[in-house]
Amino acid sequence: MSDQPRSAIVGIGRTAYTRNSGRTPLAMAVEAARAAFDDAGLPTSVLDGVTCFHTMDSAFPMDVALALGTTELEFSNAMYAGGNSVAEVVRTAAAMVDTGICKAVLVYRSLNGRSGARYGTVAGPIEVPGEMQFSAPHGYMLPPQWIAMWASRHQAVYGSTCEDLGQIAITQRGHAVPNAHAISRTPITMDDYLAGRWVNEPFRVFDCAYEVDGAVALLIVSTDLLPDVKSEPVWMLGSSNSQSGVGWVQWDDPTSMYSRSAGPKIWQRTGLKPSDIDVACMYDCFTYTVMATMEDFGFCEKGQVGEYFASGRATYGGDVVVNPHGGLLSEGYVHGLNHHYEAVLQLRGQAGVRQVPDAKLALVTAGAGPYGGANVLGKDKP
Amino acid sequence: MPETPFLPTRPPRPTHETVEFWDACAQGRLVVPRCDDCHEYIWYPRLFCPHCASQRVTYNEVRGTGTVYSFTIMRKGSGPYKEFAPYVIAYVELDEGVRLMTNIVGVSVDDVRVGMPVKVVFDDSIPRFTAA
Repeated sequence: MSDQPRSAIVGIGRTAYTRNSGRTPLAMAVEAARAAFDDAGLPTSVLDGVTCFHTMDSAFPMDVALALGTTELEFSNAMYAGGNSVAEVVRTAAAMVDTGICKAVLVYRSLNGRSGARYGTVAGPIEVPGEMQFSAPHGYMLPPQWIAMWASRHQAVYGSTCEDLGQIAITQRGHAVPNAHAISRTPITMDDYLAGRWVNEPFRVFDCAYEVDGAVALLIVSTDLLPDVKSEPVWMLGSSNSQSGVGWVQWDDPTSMYSRSAGPKIWQRTGLKPSDIDVACMYDCFTYTVMATMEDFGFCEKGQVGEYFASGRATYGGDVVVNPHGGLLSEGYVHGLNHHYEAVLQLRGQAGVRQVPDAKLALVTAGAGPYGGANVLGKDKP
Repeated sequence: MPETPFLPTRPPRPTHETVEFWDACAQGRLVVPRCDDCHEYIWYPRLFCPHCASQRVTYNEVRGTGTVYSFTIMRKGSGPYKEFAPYVIAYVELDEGVRLMTNIVGVSVDDVRVGMPVKVVFDDSIPRFTAA
């Protein structure tokens, strides 16, 4: 990145997160987008770039732009990707502004993840082509299966336990309790966690993201527009990605994820270290994703994540507050873009009762297994 | 061992790159592609080598023995698997080094362990594995 940043995140918006929105993803995307413009205090007429990521349910950038009154975009990219590309799509949006191609880029994710096409069900074709023809015939089709297989390997190699995973679920649920926007706010104990029904071992229901309907939007604009912006800008300090086509089954060591590379890269690029970070919005499609990525990003040693959470190091008063909003596990699975929303809220000091004191730096991660990335966001202009 | 099929199967839709694999399975043979240049075995089957990017790949018959690398127990099945829970899906590492996504069948789900030796059994013309 250049010495003087040329872009900043100035607007955030979202819909309610529900079990049954009764609305289209387009309608939700537009609501979140309008909220992001209102938050920034900018007119939608500045918009010249719209991007999203999507698998399954979505709304398309040109349709969203049209609903905001924009008939022409310089940049319109619906990136075909899952949660692995949240950091990548946000960074790409910023890069379009940094390079002067766009003035104002909207990033959104909108899905009826609960009432519409759900990830956690065996739908899909009867006959399966491509790589899936070597997994789907065996019933290996769903994200909880992909990642449980990795968690089970971690347990075999490092002796991590279900209780270790439970500590993550319990801590994050505790964070969601005061969050009025979270879908799941009832505190849980270890007994509750262990009594949770099996999804597939070693995952119980509390290990899995809570699928919801909803949308989140971010607005990234040129620093030239800042005189007209009413919100406090948040800065992108660095990014890293590691997107591999090796696949879930052939990945050489499932006790580590993409983050074994993306972690060291982001610290090298930013000159920061894990102990500098105040808020860590760790992508948590499943508890094990938090476990493996906390290790890989260097917050703690292999096999120590359960103890790290149990001893309070991942919450208020500890080393770093992990998912103060409750994460995808408890706030809701808006495919990870809600992590960027929370990071911006925390860095502005607008998180209310769950505000992390004096939050200046946030790590936001995205993805699991062989593919993902991260962004570091800062309160102070670099 | 109960009669096959042990589990329901979503039929694979072979492509020109994979038809040789599925044809071999129908004959009760397990074949795995191998690179003619770097000699690494390749999984999943495709006609380039993910290790060295060679375009020269040939199917080779393998022994069909290996160990359980990792697994998950499906305590509840959905769709066609509803009546078959609990069942096991697993990564099996073949002696030749590649890891297959498969099922462990013919043993109690609670007896499956990481590191357990297994051998191939063709079930519904797809390769599943049982205790060796």
